[in-house]
Amino acid sequence: MADITNQSLNEIIENVKTKKVSSTDLTKAYIKNIESAKKLNAFVSTTFDQALDKAKQFDSKPNFDQLLPGIPLAVKDLFCTENTKTTAGSNILNNFIPSYESTVTKNLWDNGSFLLGKLNCDEFAMGSSNETSHYGNVINPVGDQLVPGGSSGGSSSALAADLTPATIGTDTGGSIRQPASFTGTVGLKPTYGLCSRWGIVAFASSLDQAGPMTKTIKDCAIMLESMSGFDEKDSTSINKKKEQYSKNLKDNIKGLKIGIPKEYRVDNMPKEVDELWEKGKKILKDLGAQLIDISLPHTKYALPTYYIVAPAEASSNLARYDGVRYGYRSKQGKDLIEMYEKTRSEGFGDEVKRRILIGTYVLSSGYYDAYYLKAQKVRQLIKKDFDDSFKKIDAILTPSTPSSAFKIGEKTNDPVSMYLNDIFTVPVNLAGIPALSLPAGVDNQGHPLGLQLIGKALDEQKILNIGYAFEKNCGFKNEIKKWWS
Amino acid sequence: MSKEKFDYFIKGEKEKYEVVIGLEVHAQVLSKSKLFSGSSTKFGADPNNQVSLIDSAFPGMLPVINEECIKQAVRTGLGLNAKINNYSVFDRKNYFYADLPQGYQISQYKNPIVGEGKVLLDMPYGSKEIGIERLHLEQDAGKSIHDMDPSNTYVDLNRSGIALMEIVSKPDLRSPDEVNAYIKKLRSIMRYLGTCDGNMQEGSLRADVNVSVRKEGDKNFGTRCEIKNVNSIKFMQMAIEYEAARQVELIENGKKIDQETRLFDTKKNETRSMRSKEDAHDYRYFPDPDLLPLKLEQKLIDDLKKSLPELPDKKKERFVKEYGLNAYEANVLVSEKEISDYYEEVAKLSDKKLAATWMMGDLFAMLNDRGLDISKSPISAKHFAELVQAIKSGEISGRIAKEVFEIMVESGDNPKKIIESKGMKQQSDPKELEKMINEILSKNKDKVDQYKAGKEKLFGFFVGQVMKLSGGKANPQLTNEILKKLLKG
Repeated sequence: MADITNQSLNEIIENVKTKKVSSTDLTKAYIKNIESAKKLNAFVSTTFDQALDKAKQFDSKPNFDQLLPGIPLAVKDLFCTENTKTTAGSNILNNFIPSYESTVTKNLWDNGSFLLGKLNCDEFAMGSSNETSHYGNVINPVGDQLVPGGSSGGSSSALAADLTPATIGTDTGGSIRQPASFTGTVGLKPTYGLCSRWGIVAFASSLDQAGPMTKTIKDCAIMLESMSGFDEKDSTSINKKKEQYSKNLKDNIKGLKIGIPKEYRVDNMPKEVDELWEKGKKILKDLGAQLIDISLPHTKYALPTYYIVAPAEASSNLARYDGVRYGYRSKQGKDLIEMYEKTRSEGFGDEVKRRILIGTYVLSSGYYDAYYLKAQKVRQLIKKDFDDSFKKIDAILTPSTPSSAFKIGEKTNDPVSMYLNDIFTVPVNLAGIPALSLPAGVDNQGHPLGLQLIGKALDEQKILNIGYAFEKNCGFKNEIKKWWS
Repeated sequence: MSKEKFDYFIKGEKEKYEVVIGLEVHAQVLSKSKLFSGSSTKFGADPNNQVSLIDSAFPGMLPVINEECIKQAVRTGLGLNAKINNYSVFDRKNYFYADLPQGYQISQYKNPIVGEGKVLLDMPYGSKEIGIERLHLEQDAGKSIHDMDPSNTYVDLNRSGIALMEIVSKPDLRSPDEVNAYIKKLRSIMRYLGTCDGNMQEGSLRADVNVSVRKEGDKNFGTRCEIKNVNSIKFMQMAIEYEAARQVELIENGKKIDQETRLFDTKKNETRSMRSKEDAHDYRYFPDPDLLPLKLEQKLIDDLKKSLPELPDKKKERFVKEYGLNAYEANVLVSEKEISDYYEEVAKLSDKKLAATWMMGDLFAMLNDRGLDISKSPISAKHFAELVQAIKSGEISGRIAKEVFEIMVESGDNPKKIIESKGMKQQSDPKELEKMINEILSKNKDKVDQYKAGKEKLFGFFVGQVMKLSGGKANPQLTNEILKKLLKG
């Protein structure tokens, strides 16, 4: 049998169901791939023994009715996993072993899958290149000099390198969609509240949302169906009936109205990105969709708004890491206060510190109104832009990122240029709506580029359908040479 | 009842000063579990035994509001005649401290659940209304224990996350007595409502006390100082007295009062500066993104309103009207719900007025001596009513009743049984009494002559003899009447 690991999740599930491959053999194949891909540094930890046990258990008593029968999955190391170290890419959690399982991963396991390992990510999901991780940067399988995007860089890298059949990430400002775009894979940021935040190490609570990262749209639908659902332990979770995204997937998009926002044509955007956008419009038009020019006038304020709101929440969310109850504790320090100071100085990296400082500043008395309060008001305007547009259209098409994957180290000394990478993804988080990044082509260096489909709240099925039709007609194939093994 | 005049002023060397006091009372919500977690709130558990992953702020843990705590806050708001806000917001109050695992306290800042209300106080100089500014819900912090080890501080998180209601008064209080009455009234209302047990020893009720002084007649407030976390009424009163005197002295010496936070040292009986306004924390309040704004449906508020018990003010009115009590009696008997329940049970079965007198006299004295709540009274309401009826009907005298009462306390028996078995029934048969009195008069002819000669003081002697002979059982009224009649003859 040909290498099963380069197949889509959906194909693998079919192979398991038809007993062409056992869960054990499947798991072994991924373990082999992971072991030969250490150069990519996609994993923080692996759980091979545990995974093989689970695979054997499945094979001895298989249940093929599950959504993810006997499927090994690696997940971003931001999800708390019971009895398995969870670091959030930070030194301050370098020894933290949760006694609990995040709701999203529990949902995955309840659907028949099991944990293969924990994937590297930017520290506390703060970064766009996976270079802020305490556990070293991750390399993009597309090229040994390239970043895999961030913060779910371990996830995108592992997925593109066939180290996991599908994966999950979290997206606070683009952390699923941008790495998906950089690696030629599919990434979905669901509606805020669709997937529970319980048990996910928090970055910015009003923006954080877990979502699937997969090779195909069908896979994306399967994963979303498996991981989402109401959770009474998360007060911001949406209480609604579970959808059958994969079963309801349709490729007929005739008559759908696709909005093209003029504000997403930014200065200095590479020509290829523009051309890709044009290509995307043409594909959708040829499939019978109607293109409509729209305006989202507050788009230009999204990035500054995001970089006030997210650090503000982060500065408060990260106050709990003090070295007392769990995690790293400095051995320096004469007294309690000094122990706190040293623990946090040694435990957090530069980018995290930078955001804690920004967040503390914008919430401080005398600055609150000028920054945080104003940012909240602008956030409402950004949301309103989308609400108004979605009265006339079904979805919005934009580029996912302003460029393809950049070089390792290229932006590490320039935080603002790093932040600019999120320019197309951030507005969606501020508005709490779903968006899908789908692979659409390559730039002149052969590096993948993605297009973004934005839907209105809870319209995941619609953007998946558009993505499904697009995927069939786009002709993109992710050709990655396995240079690392 | 003659009304006294309000007279609490601090006399300086030069002027007379009025004291202005506002209280921020922290009342622990009576609920089985904490404000945002399922942990138990029971008092007295071993340290760190009632702590969930949420209370100890583990990564990825999220708060979920406990509906019962919301209802309790609404009930309390209704009991304070306050506006209930259909929309309120939970905010994070950020500060770093060893007993605050999250690094922030979830509280309500700009949009509290309860708005303005009022509380009525009965003062000797008339009733006085104290304004309530707001009531909001917040989490309690853990407890730092400094005296268990010479070099280490221990932290107990059992209290971490327990729901508190912070009830902020307007600066309407003017004396330690009013503070006493205010705290007792708040406590009484919350105990009636079952929203706070009011147990100050266990820390269920504590207060920050804001004190300022101003010259009598001044319209503007002086600079205030906040005395943090005082946990008994007596200490509040002492702290206010000390603080007011300190401020007056500063003013009279031409010095400025700094707005600051102070601590009350109960050992030295003084307040001490804790931190100045400049050092005040910047709490960086912002809406907690883990919690949606709290939207209360009017129906919920209306339903809670309908289910409220009769509160002390209403009950007092009724006691005056229905039972013919005076305001003072009614006030005492409604102060605790258990007392009012006991009284009403007694009043149903016996003379209402006499029942009140005996309850407030002998029963309260006995309970007080024994340090008992009325719920633990050795005399049941039914037995107590029987005793009151025995007095009312003339079956026993007041003096005998006191003896019966003592025996009831010790034995728990009903008064009828005691009176019968001990032959304590009052002698109320005129014929029997007359026979007895005649016997006494004939034995004391000399004294009878002296009495008739004008030594009327001797009347008491004859009464004493009758009581002695009857073993105290002679009906005093009848004895008087018959004695007078026979001595005339």
